[in-house]
Parts: sequence; structure tokens; C-alpha cells
Amino acid sequence: MSLTDRVLGDRQQLAYIASQAADARLNVELETEGMTLNIGPQHPATHGTLRIIARLDGEQVVWAEPACGYMHRGYEKLTEVRTYPQVTTLVNRIDWLGSFANEVPFILAAEKLMEVEAPPRAQHIRTILFELSRIANVSLFLGDLGVQLGAITPVFLAFRDREYVLNLIESATGGRFHPNFDRIGGLKDDLPAGWIDETRAVMKKLRGFCDQIEDLLFGNEIFQSRTRGIGVIPREVALQYGLSGANLRASGVDWDLRRDHQLPMAWNQADWKVWTHPDGDSFARCWIRLQETRESTKIVDQLLGSIPAGPVMAKVPKIIKVPEGEAWVSTENPLGEMGYYIVSRGDLGPFRVKIRSASFNNISITPWLLRGVYVPDIVTILASLYFILGDIDR
Amino acid sequence: MSTTPDTQPRITSVAEVKAALGDRIVDSFHKEDLWLRVHTDAWKSSMRTLRDTLGFHYFCFLSAIDWMPSPYGRGEDDPTEPAPERDTTIRQGYAGGETRMQVFVRVTNPVTHVSVIVKVDVPDDSLAIESIHDVYAGANWHERETHEMFGIKFDGHPDLRNMYLPIDFEGFPLRKDFPLLARMVKPWPGIVDVEPLPGGDDNQGGDDQ
Repeated sequence: MSLTDRVLGDRQQLAYIASQAADARLNVELETEGMTLNIGPQHPATHGTLRIIARLDGEQVVWAEPACGYMHRGYEKLTEVRTYPQVTTLVNRIDWLGSFANEVPFILAAEKLMEVEAPPRAQHIRTILFELSRIANVSLFLGDLGVQLGAITPVFLAFRDREYVLNLIESATGGRFHPNFDRIGGLKDDLPAGWIDETRAVMKKLRGFCDQIEDLLFGNEIFQSRTRGIGVIPREVALQYGLSGANLRASGVDWDLRRDHQLPMAWNQADWKVWTHPDGDSFARCWIRLQETRESTKIVDQLLGSIPAGPVMAKVPKIIKVPEGEAWVSTENPLGEMGYYIVSRGDLGPFRVKIRSASFNNISITPWLLRGVYVPDIVTILASLYFILGDIDR
Repeated sequence: MSTTPDTQPRITSVAEVKAALGDRIVDSFHKEDLWLRVHTDAWKSSMRTLRDTLGFHYFCFLSAIDWMPSPYGRGEDDPTEPAPERDTTIRQGYAGGETRMQVFVRVTNPVTHVSVIVKVDVPDDSLAIESIHDVYAGANWHERETHEMFGIKFDGHPDLRNMYLPIDFEGFPLRKDFPLLARMVKPWPGIVDVEPLPGGDDNQGGDDQ
């Protein structure tokens, strides 16, 4: 008996029995019959085009399966015909709400193979931009969450305040959504003048935004009753499915790659906290993300005060050839663990790149998780799992 | 740092992993990460040992590598001219290998944060290995994806439907002998980006910074 079976909740077992009964009734009674409900491909809860096929018995889901592939772009194949510096342009588009964070693990993996390390200043600025993309990403989640549960206001607040962060990213990198700013050995450029003070002001605004969202949503009785106890993922199941990021920490696993992995980044130079929640329900997942946004603003604030002087680019050859070998680097991206497994043959481009994106694992739990839930909870659960289609399909 | 990662000591060491798996390991490689290659017959039982005995509960990913260098190079040939001959000798990476296709998986112990990458040879004739979806539930989708992209069969998998491609799609896109069609119909203009600068051969000079 596998571990998953053992921890199947009572509700899921009941749903399974109900599905069997539904099948039997279909043939015998013809009074109630199962219904297949398609959610998507175009649905606000899907952040892209994901279709959920749900088989219903009355209001209960007896079987659900996400159908992805509407956005598959074949990045793993494309990387094999690109040079290393060209790959960052592609991987920018995986999780399009936190693009800079996608570049970092790839660059770090290439640097690991080349045995170069970015100068301390570049590491600092990388970490700051990484956290800014997390804030931009998760603040949209917090706003969108409200819309999916029927509250309109938070999304306007989110779009307003996310804009400040995007402006910062734009003024530093030149791109609002796809910065393509990270280079093997450092960064493309230094920070513009006045950027640091402006960032401090924005971080203050963002903390205000978090407080506002907490008051508006998390203290709201309707929100709580829609999310508490809905879509509970036990710790063992979360680990087995490879859930990561806030989804894993909401199930009580104290694991954050920013803290627990030794990477040439600056997270260990700031004082911040990894939040966990014991409940594992939708509320816990949303709450963890809110706290993480707060922690991110703290990290940015602290790092802004301690950016070391020096160059932002190490000495690397103009034509980058990565020595033969294999390397894996993953970082704690806004959506969870994102990593790249690079196989190099000493060529201008990689021999094979496996892109491990967080949403692919996070969404693979849905057939298990949606079994036995009620129809309105499908949207709650999908929203709280928080996936981005580009991150599933790659 | 404000909090300590865990209170339990790091019990899982390289020697411990090797001892637990015993002669199921064919080859191993250790450089920051730990790479293992296990016998094809012992694939599932090795993963079960890793999970149950050594506490590698977290499933990170599963995928495959096609070790044959692409006969199309990096897709930069002029499609109007005859294709050049290329060396397609198969050469495996860390922890060695005997077959063209290898499946590899990465699992982590969430308490000690020790990870291991396990590779397994996929027999060339049958192209099938055991499915580990009942060891790690998350492997289900990863095996579907690998089946679709490499044509590797996973015995015992409940549902190897395509995830991305249409059901009547022919071929396995991530195999090296599957051409990237966009590069077959039109030459790649990006090649100019990596040509040496005219007149200068000091390409190792570093950046201006």
C-alpha cells in the first residue's frame, strides 16, 4: 500500500465510493447522472490556458484532470540549439510574472560549470532583483485571489502597487516583464542613480499594500470560510508530489532553498524568517504567500543598505564556452523550486537542459486533491495552489 | 540568519547512501552533488530504499537524456546545401552508462537537505523501465512527459497519455535525431552573434568592466 493511499483522507475515500456509485446509478436509475464540467481553457483562475475536466456527481467532483499543453513552447529542445547567453531570453518567459527569477538558476548553473562567481556587488543586486520579481509576482497573486473568490477591490490595489515594482525593475533592467539582465559572470549593468532611494520608498508602499490586503481579505469572514479546511494537503503527500515553495511550507515543511542551499547569492546577509503553517489548507497557502511578500520587502530593504562597491561583472571570455560536465542549480522562485539540470559538452550551447519548473509539480497534485471537493472549491484550490501556465508547459 | 534550518543532525552521508543501496549501484560520482547509477533491474527497489530507509521523501523531478549527439548539429546548417557528416558517437556523462537513453531522477531528504541524482540505463532494444509512480506519486506526470518526449515506456504506469502533443503526433521531440523543424526550413540568423569580431582574435580579453 503506497503512502498516498494511507493518507487519503476520509473525504477522498467517500468521494471514490461516490464515483463508483455514480457509475452504477447511471446505468440503473437514469434519474441522476454524472456530468462532465469543463473549466477553461480560458478561465481567470488559470493564469493562462489550462483546462480542467471535472466529472461531477451533483455538486461533488468525483474525478478531475487538468489538460495542459495549450502553451507548450518546447524550451528544452530550443536550448539545445542556442548559445548559453541566448538561453536567458527563453527562460524569461517560463514564469512570466517573475521573469528575473527564472534567469538566475540557469546562470548560476552555467557559472558553476565554468567555475566563475559573480562579484559581490552583482550577487547583491541579483538578490534584490530576484526578490523584487517575487514581490511583483506574489502581489498579483494576492489581488487575483480576491477576484476568484468574488472580491473585486484587491485586484485593483494589486495592479496599482505591482506597477511601482515593475517600474523599478524597468528602470534598472530596461524591461518590465522580460528583463534578460543576468549574464554569466555578473549583470549587464549597474543600478541607475537614485534607484536605491526610490526602492526604499516602494518597499514601504508594498508593506502598506500587504497590510491592506490582510485587512481586506484575510480578516474577512467570507474569505476565511471559503478557504479554511479546503484542499488540505498533508505533509507526506506534498513531499511525494514534489510540491515546493509556499505550497510545501503551508503543509508544515520548514524548507526554503534561499536559506537551506549554499548559493552565491546574498540572502544569508539579511535577517528574515521562513514562515510555515501547520494546516496545509488553501488559507495556509495564501497566508504564507502574504507573509513571504513582507519578508521579501524586508530582505530588499536590508540588502539595499549593504550593497558592496566594485564591478558588476567578473572576467569572463567574450565567447562563452562552458566546460564539459553536468550541473544542477535550483532556487526558491516565487512559485516554488525552479531548477536547471545542464549537461555541457564544452560547446557554445548546452547539450541538454532539463527545466524543473515549480508549477508542473504543483499542479500534478490536482487529480488527487480535487477528488471529493465541491464545485466552487475547485476555483479556490486552483487559486491557492497558484500556478502559471508558462511554468507548467514550458 | 534568523532561524536554524533544522535541529536534527545531517545523518545522511554519501557513504550511508552507498551502503544502503549496496551492489545495486553500478557507478557513482561525487562533486558537490551525488550522482548514482543503478542497475536497470534494481531501479524501482533502489528508489524505494532511498525513500523508506534513507528518508528521501521529496521528489524533485524525473527526466531522460539522449546521449547521442545530434546529427543535425546545433541546427545552424544551411538547409539548401547537403548536410555535413557528423560524429554521433554516444558518450555518457557523470556516473557513466551503457545505453543511448538514460532516465534520471532527483530526490531530496527534506530534513537533512541532502539530494541525490539517480540515473538508470534504459535498454536500447525494449526502451522500457519500471515506473516509479507508486514510490513517488509525483513521478506520474514526469513519466508521462518523458514518455511523450523520448518514447521511453514505463512499465506499470497507469496512464501514459500525451500531455502536450496531439494524439496523432509522430516522433519523439526531445530525441537528438528529431530535427528542429524551424531550423530545417530557414537558416538561423542568430549565428552572427557568436562569430569572432572581424580583425580581432583576442576573444579572451574579458569585458570592459
